[in-house]
Amino acid sequence: MEPIEGKAYMEQNKRSRGMKERHYWEEWTGRIYTSVCVVFLVAVIVSIVYFVASKGVATFVVNGVSLQEFFFGTKWSPDGEPKSFGALPFITGSFAVTVLAALIASPLSLCAALFMTEIVPKSGKRILQPAIELLSGIPSVVYGFVGLTVIVPLLRDVFGGQGIGILAGCLVLSVMILPTITSIMADALSSLPGGLRESSYALGATRWQTIARVIIPTLLPALLTGIILGMARAFGEALAVQMVIGNAPHIPQSLLESASTLTSVITLSMGNTAMGSVHNNALWSMALVLLLMTFIFVLLVRLLERRNRI
Amino acid sequence: MLKKWPFILMTLTMVFALAACGSANNAAPQGDAATGTDNKAATELTGNILAVGSTALQPLVEQAGQKFMAVDKYKGIAVQVQGGGSGTGLTQVSGGQADIGNSDVFAKEKLESGADELVDHQVAVVAMSAVANPKVGVADLKKDQLVQIFTGKITNWKQVGGADQKIVIVNRPSSSGTRATFEKYALGQKTEDLPGSIQEDSSGTVKKLIAETPGAIGYLALSYIDNTVTALKYDGVEANVENVEQGKYPVWAYEHMYTKGEPKEHVKAFLDYILSDEIQKSDVVDLGYIPVSGMQVKRDADGNITK
Repeated sequence: MEPIEGKAYMEQNKRSRGMKERHYWEEWTGRIYTSVCVVFLVAVIVSIVYFVASKGVATFVVNGVSLQEFFFGTKWSPDGEPKSFGALPFITGSFAVTVLAALIASPLSLCAALFMTEIVPKSGKRILQPAIELLSGIPSVVYGFVGLTVIVPLLRDVFGGQGIGILAGCLVLSVMILPTITSIMADALSSLPGGLRESSYALGATRWQTIARVIIPTLLPALLTGIILGMARAFGEALAVQMVIGNAPHIPQSLLESASTLTSVITLSMGNTAMGSVHNNALWSMALVLLLMTFIFVLLVRLLERRNRI
Repeated sequence: MLKKWPFILMTLTMVFALAACGSANNAAPQGDAATGTDNKAATELTGNILAVGSTALQPLVEQAGQKFMAVDKYKGIAVQVQGGGSGTGLTQVSGGQADIGNSDVFAKEKLESGADELVDHQVAVVAMSAVANPKVGVADLKKDQLVQIFTGKITNWKQVGGADQKIVIVNRPSSSGTRATFEKYALGQKTEDLPGSIQEDSSGTVKKLIAETPGAIGYLALSYIDNTVTALKYDGVEANVENVEQGKYPVWAYEHMYTKGEPKEHVKAFLDYILSDEIQKSDVVDLGYIPVSGMQVKRDADGNITK
């Protein structure tokens, strides 16, 4: 008995040493591989930021367009005489559609998320979640086309005017950002810190009291994160908006008049302008503004996350 | 001691990764050079052709490219066609990234420098017409009426003898080649973007908007015009192929395929193929362009017309 036992022990010992060695190499190949990926990713991000920034800054440094003209000028005529590069109409357009889209989409998303997590968790998750995931899978050009064929004529018939404009743009956008906001809100709601909901019920609160006075106030930062990420998506969306907003480089008098956003102007003109020309550089400056806005959105999300932890 | 190993390994891998990126970049031009030398084996042409630019010209070049590669003589040549717009095409051909730059406008109208180095190959003609929503009740506009509409001085169709309907301008972005052609040859002047005007770059969207929006006016290449919109006569002249060829109808432009310097042999073979009767008499006409061979007038970059 004894010698066999000793042999088995040695065998096991040998095997575990082999395993240890193999784990060691596994560990390090894995670590090296992931580090390389991270370095590559960082390099890509840095080079993108550098590229956009260098092109965007050229408008002001090389071509001598003043910052004041770019950010506060209302006249955009890059091919006119004299040329002018006022991007204010596009900046206002971008903010207008983004804020309006968030105003329309957020309450709907909150209701959908509450329905999924608080009211009928089972069937809600089974039916609503796939439906919402489906929404996020539809390409934006389809949204744009639906907007152009359904929403624009509808608005024209109901309100008169062109139908095209900020209202059409924000309606299309609100549907597009619905999945983003809903899924983030639903995640936040289902990860509610343990016991809060139960304590509320235990104190005799009704479901609506619990939702309105406990769940929503506690999760407010997380819910806002969803809205801000939705807004970031809306701010950067180009194709669908470009099709329904009309793209006139002016600040519109009404929601039903042709307007532009930063992204719509970029997609509309970038290919037609020669690299290095003032017009092209001015478009890159707008891209830089978009990039900076994205940074701000990310920053806001980070700040909210920090508040959420406390 | 052992703990430092991973860091050393990591740094080494990073260096290798970066070096690999570097050498990959260097490798690309060498590859091109290699195909370049292959061409000198004159008997059978081989090589890659990259044509980039104008989306208006893209369908023709794509279709011609497919036919070209199917020809036995040229099966060693690969033609690749990309869109991206005239500006992109001209920038890339003058920067050497593309072999051919497709453009709707003359290079010197778009490029600030380097246009002199480019050689122009005009492969087709595209004519445009002002089009309006069918319900506006106007079918013929004089030049100065068009100018006043597109500069915002006439704002109601009533003022040009049509229905009492506000005019909605469906324009192209100011950088567009189609707009440049329309402004230069139909209006004779540049126009500003008016408040309330609509801008779209895709001809399909422009047509849809003009067909559906009450009081809309815009302009389209002849190949896009169908019975959902009304093509307006220009000073009484109808926009059709014959009138363009005979020089009676002025709103047209060449489609250009630019090469940097004289084209290499395999690129020249492709350009010659597009200009051959095989493409000019069939594909060019089928796709709604006008063959350059049929034109009885010529026009230079400054707009001077010669018979």
